[in-house]
Amino acid sequence: MAAPNVVTADTATESSFARTPAIRWVRQNLFSNWFNTAVTLALAYMILKGLYSFASWAVFNAVWTVEGTDTRPCREMSGVGACWAVIGEKHRFILFGIYPFDEQWRPLLAIFLFLGLYVVSAMRAFWNRWLAVIWAVGLTLIGALMWGGVFGLTYIENERWGGLPLTLILATFGIALAFPLSIFLALGRRSNLPAIRALSIVYIELIRGVPLITLLIMASVMFPLFLPEGVSIDKLLRAQVAIILFSAAYLAEVVRGGLQAIPKGQFEAADSLGLSYWQKTAKIILPQALQLVIPPLVNTFIGLFKDTSLVLIIGLFDLLTSAKGALLEPAWLGFGVEVYFFVSVIYFAFCFAMSRYSQNLEVELATGHKH
Amino acid sequence: MKKIALMAAGAALTFAASATPGLAQSTLEAVKSRGALACGVNTGLAGFGAPDSQGVWKGLDVDMCRAVAAAMFGDANKVRYVPLTAQQRFTALQSGEVDMLARNTTWTLQRDTALGLDFVGVNFYDGQGFMVPKKLGVKSAKELNGATVCVQPGTTTELNLTDYFRANKMTFKPVVIEKLEEVTAAYYSGRCDVYTTDRSGLASTRATGPNPNDHVVLPDVISKEPLGPAVRHGDNRWADVVRWTFNSMLEAEEMGITSKNIDQMLNDTNPAIQRFVGKTGDFGKMLGLDEKWSYNVIKQVGNYSESYDRNLSPLGLERGINALWKDGGVMYSPPMR
Repeated sequence: MAAPNVVTADTATESSFARTPAIRWVRQNLFSNWFNTAVTLALAYMILKGLYSFASWAVFNAVWTVEGTDTRPCREMSGVGACWAVIGEKHRFILFGIYPFDEQWRPLLAIFLFLGLYVVSAMRAFWNRWLAVIWAVGLTLIGALMWGGVFGLTYIENERWGGLPLTLILATFGIALAFPLSIFLALGRRSNLPAIRALSIVYIELIRGVPLITLLIMASVMFPLFLPEGVSIDKLLRAQVAIILFSAAYLAEVVRGGLQAIPKGQFEAADSLGLSYWQKTAKIILPQALQLVIPPLVNTFIGLFKDTSLVLIIGLFDLLTSAKGALLEPAWLGFGVEVYFFVSVIYFAFCFAMSRYSQNLEVELATGHKH
Repeated sequence: MKKIALMAAGAALTFAASATPGLAQSTLEAVKSRGALACGVNTGLAGFGAPDSQGVWKGLDVDMCRAVAAAMFGDANKVRYVPLTAQQRFTALQSGEVDMLARNTTWTLQRDTALGLDFVGVNFYDGQGFMVPKKLGVKSAKELNGATVCVQPGTTTELNLTDYFRANKMTFKPVVIEKLEEVTAAYYSGRCDVYTTDRSGLASTRATGPNPNDHVVLPDVISKEPLGPAVRHGDNRWADVVRWTFNSMLEAEEMGITSKNIDQMLNDTNPAIQRFVGKTGDFGKMLGLDEKWSYNVIKQVGNYSESYDRNLSPLGLERGINALWKDGGVMYSPPMR
């Protein structure tokens, strides 16, 4: 909205107040002439008005609590003020789904363990073999908490898992297992061995050619019919495998993009040093290639994180399905905006964290490619 | 999505035939030895099957699961709920993932035969109905001549509406809108006098809308959507258990037995009540259950009207044709003797 910096000639006559950098920036960029001033004022008015109506809905006119399930105060303010009482009543259901109410401290702890694992993995000081140990211990603890059956915890079958922990499980395992698989697929697609190349191409194109919903329905509806009577593979596991296979195909193409960007000289240099294929790939090619594709990789991760919400079509109670389920009790019907706002804040927090971290990582790792 | 559903249905048809005889053990024995009933329910439908704030399943269909568990084990909580989407429900039953479906499923000839299901009863007669603002003072759909009607296109709803008005020699002005939110918004903004869809849908629209008390769902039902619990085809002993569990809830309502008064009824001298609570006769043995089965159903879950009042009345759904036959409805249990 602002014109490029215009240096004014009369700076010497300005008061000391006007000489602070912030004020000067504002004057130069927002109020440099009558047109800019008009645009600034018009936009400021619109932004403030928008903020005010949001604040009056979300804060000033909001209903924070109601007596029991008597939601009449909320319904009277419908459209004028938010009904945060629905979050107060339903937040545990949204966060933990149909996990037994009295045991919900366990999934809560699991969420914190997941967050801890993410933070530790993000710190470069831990980028060594200890990270694998930390993850193994962390996941074992999470499994023990969620399933129980040990340390005197009651056993909870994974059909009853739900909410945020389920979303985190699907996304974490989806990313953690699809990523290595995708590297092999990408290498396989560029391989000189015809069988491996053909297999990789067929896999990638086949999986990429169908929507995730199709894979999930195949996994949950068709697959059990092919199994012999009485044999059943867990519904959550089937969905998890479908998500891993699906994201691996997408990630493989991202990784391949990175591999193709490596100049031929790097390969030749590695060959001339007498390195084997795996040494060359692991020590020279992949570190450069993966660093190049951090933005599209994280893009795919973020997409995958949100795609986990598609499991609602196979009846798993992930975060979004639980949110929908929270709206079904007659007393609480019709407060969708508040509940979806709550859930989108959670999704946004995770996706934004991934995005910021990846930008940070790009800066830290960009040693030879910085422009 | 449609294609997938067709594919799934096709596969279901192919496999239904081979899946059923493969069950060596009857479901009754399997459920008994497992100690819990695997019950397929809706992933979330207000009033029929949905978890509450504490994650506890509630609803008319859920009560069906609870009643069967009470009859089997004397404990209505011995149910493993398997939330199923519309695409999953039939294969889940055929593949043995669930023992019974209580998931607002319409009983049709095709499902009863080719899909390999057995419907054991109807626990809710749904069907297309009408919602009008209370201030119009309309008591019956027969008074809607010349009304403006909000309806969604392309469904049987639109056809039923036309047929009904033509059959009753009335005229109407349709307002056809594709999306659910928009069609209800049109109704609430006063663009039409009447909104029509399935009555259970009307009820939840009414409950979620502004000022539910200013609108009424008319008692008329103009199409047939009988919803009921289903089991696998050809497993008759298990079907008997589910069927008579449901019938016992109807029978209890008819005899005035409720969860509150059943303990006094134990000492009632009426022979029909004596048979019902298991004091005399051996209905339990005939079904392969213990003699307190129907006592447990009513004590722990309640009779049909208790279940209805608990789950559907808060949505504003009146009994209508779901009343007992003696009250002018079509709910009718064969005699328990």
